[in-house]
Amino acid sequence: MTAKISYADVEVGTELPAQTFPVTRATLVRYAGASGDFNPIHWNERFAKEVGLPDVIAHGMFTMAEAIRVVTDWVGDPGAVVEYGVRFTRPVVVPDDDLGAVIEVSGKVAAKLDDHTVRVDLTATSAGQKVLGMSRAVVRLG
Amino acid sequence: MALDQSFAGRSYPPTEPYEVGREKIREFAEAVGDANPAYTDAEAAKALGHPDVIAPPTFVFAITFKAAGEVVADPQLGLDYSRVVHGDQKFAYNRPVRAGDRLTVTSTIETIRSMAGNDILDIRGEVHDQDGEHVVTAWTKLVARAAEEA
Repeated sequence: MTAKISYADVEVGTELPAQTFPVTRATLVRYAGASGDFNPIHWNERFAKEVGLPDVIAHGMFTMAEAIRVVTDWVGDPGAVVEYGVRFTRPVVVPDDDLGAVIEVSGKVAAKLDDHTVRVDLTATSAGQKVLGMSRAVVRLG
Repeated sequence: MALDQSFAGRSYPPTEPYEVGREKIREFAEAVGDANPAYTDAEAAKALGHPDVIAPPTFVFAITFKAAGEVVADPQLGLDYSRVVHGDQKFAYNRPVRAGDRLTVTSTIETIRSMAGNDILDIRGEVHDQDGEHVVTAWTKLVARAAEEA
Protein backbone atom coordinates (compact mmCIF):
# COMPACT_ATOMS: atom_id res chain seq x y z
CA MET A 1 0.00 0.00 0.00
CA THR A 2 1.27 3.45 -0.80
CA ALA A 3 -0.58 6.15 1.05
CA LYS A 4 0.41 9.69 0.19
CA ILE A 5 -0.04 10.86 3.79
CA SER A 6 2.71 9.92 6.23
CA TYR A 7 1.83 8.70 9.72
CA ALA A 8 4.64 10.83 11.15
CA ASP A 9 3.17 14.00 9.65
CA VAL A 10 -0.27 13.54 11.22
CA GLU A 11 -1.33 14.64 14.69
CA VAL A 12 -4.50 14.13 16.68
CA GLY A 13 -6.69 17.01 15.53
CA THR A 14 -5.29 17.14 11.98
CA GLU A 15 -8.19 18.17 9.74
CA LEU A 16 -8.87 16.46 6.44
CA PRO A 17 -9.98 18.62 3.50
CA ALA A 18 -13.77 18.98 3.77
CA GLN A 19 -15.97 18.27 0.75
CA THR A 20 -19.55 18.87 -0.33
CA PHE A 21 -21.54 16.35 -2.35
CA PRO A 22 -24.67 17.38 -4.26
CA VAL A 23 -27.56 14.89 -4.45
CA THR A 24 -30.45 15.21 -6.90
CA ARG A 25 -33.24 12.79 -7.77
CA ALA A 26 -31.16 11.76 -10.79
CA THR A 27 -28.26 10.90 -8.45
CA LEU A 28 -30.55 8.61 -6.46
CA VAL A 29 -31.94 6.84 -9.53
CA ARG A 30 -28.42 6.21 -10.69
CA TYR A 31 -27.31 4.95 -7.28
CA ALA A 32 -30.35 2.69 -7.09
CA GLY A 33 -29.32 1.05 -10.36
CA ALA A 34 -25.66 0.72 -9.44
CA SER A 35 -26.31 -0.63 -5.94
CA GLY A 36 -29.40 -2.71 -6.64
CA ASP A 37 -31.35 -0.92 -3.87
CA PHE A 38 -34.69 -0.07 -5.49
CA ASN A 39 -36.59 0.76 -2.29
CA PRO A 40 -39.22 3.29 -3.55
CA ILE A 41 -38.58 5.70 -0.63
CA HIS A 42 -35.50 6.71 -2.66
CA TRP A 43 -37.30 7.65 -5.87
CA ASN A 44 -41.09 7.70 -5.39
CA GLU A 45 -42.37 10.79 -3.57
CA ARG A 46 -45.91 9.43 -3.27
CA PHE A 47 -44.66 6.25 -1.59
CA ALA A 48 -42.22 8.13 0.66
CA LYS A 49 -45.00 10.35 1.98
CA GLU A 50 -47.32 7.39 2.48
CA VAL A 51 -44.80 5.86 4.89
CA GLY A 52 -44.45 9.13 6.81
CA LEU A 53 -41.33 10.68 5.27
CA PRO A 54 -41.29 14.39 4.35
CA ASP A 55 -40.15 13.58 0.77
CA VAL A 56 -37.86 11.21 -1.12
CA ILE A 57 -34.71 10.50 0.92
CA ALA A 58 -31.21 9.50 -0.14
CA HIS A 59 -30.02 5.94 0.40
CA GLY A 60 -28.14 5.83 3.71
CA MET A 61 -25.49 3.79 1.93
CA PHE A 62 -25.11 6.60 -0.64
CA THR A 63 -24.32 9.05 2.17
CA MET A 64 -21.93 6.48 3.66
CA ALA A 65 -20.21 6.11 0.27
CA GLU A 66 -19.77 9.89 -0.08
CA ALA A 67 -18.52 10.45 3.48
CA ILE A 68 -15.59 8.04 3.13
CA ARG A 69 -14.38 9.97 0.07
CA VAL A 70 -13.02 12.62 2.45
CA VAL A 71 -10.72 9.87 3.73
CA THR A 72 -9.92 8.08 0.45
CA ASP A 73 -9.20 11.34 -1.39
CA TRP A 74 -6.90 12.33 1.50
CA VAL A 75 -4.86 9.10 1.49
CA GLY A 76 -5.10 8.43 -2.26
CA ASP A 77 -5.38 4.64 -1.92
CA PRO A 78 -8.94 3.52 -1.04
CA GLY A 79 -7.42 0.14 -0.09
CA ALA A 80 -5.86 1.84 2.93
CA VAL A 81 -9.24 1.87 4.71
CA VAL A 82 -9.12 -0.80 7.42
CA GLU A 83 -12.44 -0.13 9.15
CA TYR A 84 -15.40 2.10 8.46
CA GLY A 85 -18.66 2.43 10.35
CA VAL A 86 -21.58 4.85 10.62
CA ARG A 87 -24.94 5.26 12.34
CA PHE A 88 -27.78 6.57 10.20
CA THR A 89 -29.27 9.26 12.43
CA ARG A 90 -31.35 11.43 10.07
CA PRO A 91 -32.36 11.08 6.43
CA VAL A 92 -31.02 13.31 3.67
CA VAL A 93 -34.21 14.74 2.17
CA VAL A 94 -33.95 15.28 -1.60
CA PRO A 95 -36.55 17.64 -3.11
CA ASP A 96 -37.65 17.32 -6.73
CA ASP A 97 -35.88 20.39 -8.09
CA ASP A 98 -32.68 21.12 -9.97
CA LEU A 99 -30.70 21.74 -6.78
CA GLY A 100 -31.62 18.69 -4.73
CA ALA A 101 -29.72 18.40 -1.46
CA VAL A 102 -26.11 18.82 -0.40
CA ILE A 103 -24.15 16.57 1.94
CA GLU A 104 -21.28 18.34 3.71
CA VAL A 105 -18.54 16.14 5.12
CA SER A 106 -15.56 17.03 7.29
CA GLY A 107 -13.12 14.81 9.12
CA LYS A 108 -10.29 14.97 11.58
CA VAL A 109 -7.78 12.61 13.07
CA ALA A 110 -9.14 11.50 16.45
CA ALA A 111 -6.45 8.99 17.48
CA LYS A 112 -3.11 7.61 16.35
CA LEU A 113 -3.20 3.82 16.58
CA ASP A 114 -0.73 0.97 16.11
CA ASP A 115 0.72 -0.19 12.82
CA HIS A 116 0.69 3.24 11.13
CA THR A 117 -3.09 3.50 11.40
CA VAL A 118 -5.16 6.46 12.54
CA ARG A 119 -8.82 6.84 13.44
CA VAL A 120 -10.63 9.58 11.54
CA ASP A 121 -13.93 10.90 12.90
CA LEU A 122 -16.24 12.16 10.18
CA THR A 123 -19.08 14.67 10.41
CA ALA A 124 -21.79 14.62 7.73
CA THR A 125 -24.57 17.19 7.62
CA SER A 126 -27.37 18.11 5.23
CA ALA A 127 -29.58 21.20 5.58
CA GLY A 128 -27.74 21.98 8.82
CA GLN A 129 -28.60 18.64 10.46
CA LYS A 130 -26.21 15.82 11.29
CA VAL A 131 -27.13 12.84 9.10
CA LEU A 132 -24.51 10.37 10.32
CA GLY A 133 -23.49 9.57 13.88
CA MET A 134 -20.50 7.60 15.18
CA SER A 135 -18.99 7.95 11.74
CA ARG A 136 -15.46 6.62 12.05
CA ALA A 137 -12.82 5.18 9.81
CA VAL A 138 -9.50 3.53 10.59
CA VAL A 139 -7.00 4.08 7.80
CA ARG A 140 -3.41 2.94 7.26
CA LEU A 141 -0.95 5.68 6.41
CA GLY A 142 2.50 5.55 4.87
CA MET B 1 -44.46 -8.98 18.42
CA ALA B 2 -41.02 -9.60 19.89
CA LEU B 3 -38.76 -11.78 17.80
CA ASP B 4 -37.66 -15.20 18.97
CA GLN B 5 -34.45 -14.56 20.95
CA SER B 6 -33.31 -18.11 20.30
CA PHE B 7 -32.31 -16.99 16.78
CA ALA B 8 -29.33 -15.11 18.25
CA GLY B 9 -26.15 -16.90 17.21
CA ARG B 10 -27.78 -18.63 14.28
CA SER B 11 -25.65 -18.84 11.11
CA TYR B 12 -26.94 -19.33 7.58
CA PRO B 13 -25.21 -21.34 4.84
CA PRO B 14 -22.75 -19.46 2.58
CA THR B 15 -24.28 -17.75 -0.45
CA GLU B 16 -23.54 -18.73 -4.02
CA PRO B 17 -20.42 -16.88 -5.27
CA TYR B 18 -20.85 -13.31 -6.54
CA GLU B 19 -18.30 -12.49 -9.24
CA VAL B 20 -17.07 -8.90 -8.97
CA GLY B 21 -16.98 -7.36 -12.45
CA ARG B 22 -14.78 -4.41 -13.40
CA GLU B 23 -17.65 -2.70 -15.22
CA LYS B 24 -19.89 -3.12 -12.16
CA ILE B 25 -17.19 -1.42 -10.07
CA ARG B 26 -16.98 1.39 -12.65
CA GLU B 27 -20.77 1.79 -12.63
CA PHE B 28 -20.80 2.03 -8.83
CA ALA B 29 -17.89 4.51 -8.71
CA GLU B 30 -19.61 6.69 -11.31
CA ALA B 31 -22.89 6.53 -9.40
CA VAL B 32 -21.21 7.95 -6.29
CA GLY B 33 -19.23 10.43 -8.42
CA ASP B 34 -15.86 9.06 -7.32
CA ALA B 35 -13.16 9.52 -9.94
CA ASN B 36 -10.39 7.72 -7.99
CA PRO B 37 -8.46 5.89 -10.77
CA ALA B 38 -7.93 2.80 -8.55
CA TYR B 39 -11.57 1.90 -9.35
CA THR B 40 -11.30 2.04 -13.13
CA ASP B 41 -7.66 1.91 -14.22
CA ALA B 42 -5.84 -1.37 -13.58
CA GLU B 43 -2.44 0.30 -14.02
CA ALA B 44 -3.31 2.94 -11.40
CA ALA B 45 -4.48 0.19 -9.04
CA LYS B 46 -1.25 -1.76 -9.63
CA ALA B 47 0.80 1.35 -8.86
CA LEU B 48 -0.88 1.31 -5.43
CA GLY B 49 0.03 -2.36 -4.96
CA HIS B 50 -3.28 -3.98 -5.96
CA PRO B 51 -3.37 -6.80 -8.53
CA ASP B 52 -6.39 -5.28 -10.34
CA VAL B 53 -8.95 -2.48 -10.00
CA ILE B 54 -10.47 -2.33 -6.53
CA ALA B 55 -14.01 -1.48 -5.45
CA PRO B 56 -15.01 1.52 -3.32
CA PRO B 57 -15.23 0.64 0.40
CA THR B 58 -19.03 0.39 0.54
CA PHE B 59 -19.44 -1.54 -2.74
CA VAL B 60 -19.59 -4.88 -0.92
CA PHE B 61 -22.77 -3.86 0.91
CA ALA B 62 -24.87 -4.84 -2.11
CA ILE B 63 -23.60 -8.38 -1.67
CA THR B 64 -23.78 -8.62 2.13
CA PHE B 65 -27.21 -6.99 2.28
CA LYS B 66 -28.60 -9.44 -0.22
CA ALA B 67 -27.27 -12.23 1.98
CA ALA B 68 -28.78 -10.56 5.06
CA GLY B 69 -32.06 -10.44 3.17
CA GLU B 70 -32.22 -14.21 3.28
CA VAL B 71 -32.00 -13.98 7.07
CA VAL B 72 -34.60 -11.24 7.23
CA ALA B 73 -36.95 -13.23 5.02
CA ASP B 74 -36.64 -16.38 7.16
CA PRO B 75 -40.31 -17.05 7.89
CA GLN B 76 -39.39 -18.70 11.19
CA LEU B 77 -37.84 -15.43 12.39
CA GLY B 78 -41.06 -13.54 11.62
CA LEU B 79 -39.61 -10.08 10.93
CA ASP B 80 -41.97 -7.55 9.30
CA TYR B 81 -39.62 -6.23 6.61
CA SER B 82 -41.92 -3.35 5.66
CA ARG B 83 -41.05 -1.80 9.06
CA VAL B 84 -37.30 -2.30 8.83
CA VAL B 85 -34.87 0.64 8.71
CA HIS B 86 -31.08 0.54 8.48
CA GLY B 87 -29.64 1.63 11.82
CA ASP B 88 -25.87 1.16 11.69
CA GLN B 89 -23.38 -0.16 9.19
CA LYS B 90 -19.76 -1.14 9.72
CA PHE B 91 -17.06 -2.84 7.67
CA ALA B 92 -13.68 -4.29 8.70
CA TYR B 93 -11.42 -5.00 5.74
CA ASN B 94 -8.68 -7.55 5.43
CA ARG B 95 -8.12 -6.27 1.89
CA PRO B 96 -10.18 -4.28 -0.63
CA VAL B 97 -12.66 -6.11 -2.87
CA ARG B 98 -11.27 -6.29 -6.41
CA ALA B 99 -12.32 -7.23 -9.93
CA GLY B 100 -12.41 -10.97 -10.46
CA ASP B 101 -13.19 -11.85 -6.85
CA ARG B 102 -15.76 -14.59 -6.41
CA LEU B 103 -17.24 -13.72 -3.04
CA THR B 104 -19.42 -15.77 -0.73
CA VAL B 105 -21.16 -14.40 2.36
CA THR B 106 -21.88 -16.30 5.54
CA SER B 107 -24.45 -14.46 7.63
CA THR B 108 -24.89 -14.81 11.37
CA ILE B 109 -27.49 -13.21 13.61
CA GLU B 110 -25.31 -11.75 16.36
CA THR B 111 -28.01 -10.35 18.62
CA ILE B 112 -31.75 -9.84 18.76
CA ARG B 113 -33.15 -7.29 21.17
CA SER B 114 -36.48 -5.62 21.76
CA MET B 115 -36.51 -2.01 22.91
CA ALA B 116 -39.64 0.12 23.30
CA GLY B 117 -41.49 -2.25 21.00
CA ASN B 118 -38.81 -2.07 18.31
CA ASP B 119 -36.99 -5.22 17.26
CA ILE B 120 -33.26 -4.69 16.78
CA LEU B 121 -31.33 -7.22 14.77
CA ASP B 122 -27.54 -7.28 14.37
CA ILE B 123 -26.36 -9.34 11.42
CA ARG B 124 -22.71 -10.10 10.67
CA GLY B 125 -21.68 -11.08 7.16
CA GLU B 126 -18.30 -12.74 6.68
CA VAL B 127 -17.09 -12.34 3.10
CA HIS B 128 -14.57 -14.82 1.69
CA ASP B 129 -12.98 -15.11 -1.74
CA GLN B 130 -12.69 -18.17 -4.00
CA ASP B 131 -9.57 -19.31 -2.11
CA GLY B 132 -11.38 -19.22 1.20
CA GLU B 133 -9.46 -16.12 2.32
CA HIS B 134 -11.29 -13.57 4.43
CA VAL B 135 -11.84 -10.28 2.58
CA VAL B 136 -14.18 -8.18 4.71
CA THR B 137 -16.70 -8.46 7.53
CA ALA B 138 -19.88 -6.37 7.40
CA TRP B 139 -22.08 -5.63 10.42
CA THR B 140 -25.61 -4.44 9.69
CA LYS B 141 -28.02 -3.24 12.35
CA LEU B 142 -31.67 -3.42 11.29
CA VAL B 143 -34.44 -1.86 13.34
CA ALA B 144 -38.02 -3.05 12.86
CA ARG B 145 -40.17 -0.23 14.19
CA ALA B 146 -43.06 -1.12 16.45
CA ALA B 147 -46.40 -1.47 14.68
CA GLU B 148 -48.84 1.36 15.40
CA GLU B 149 -51.82 0.45 17.53
CA ALA B 150 -54.88 0.01 15.33
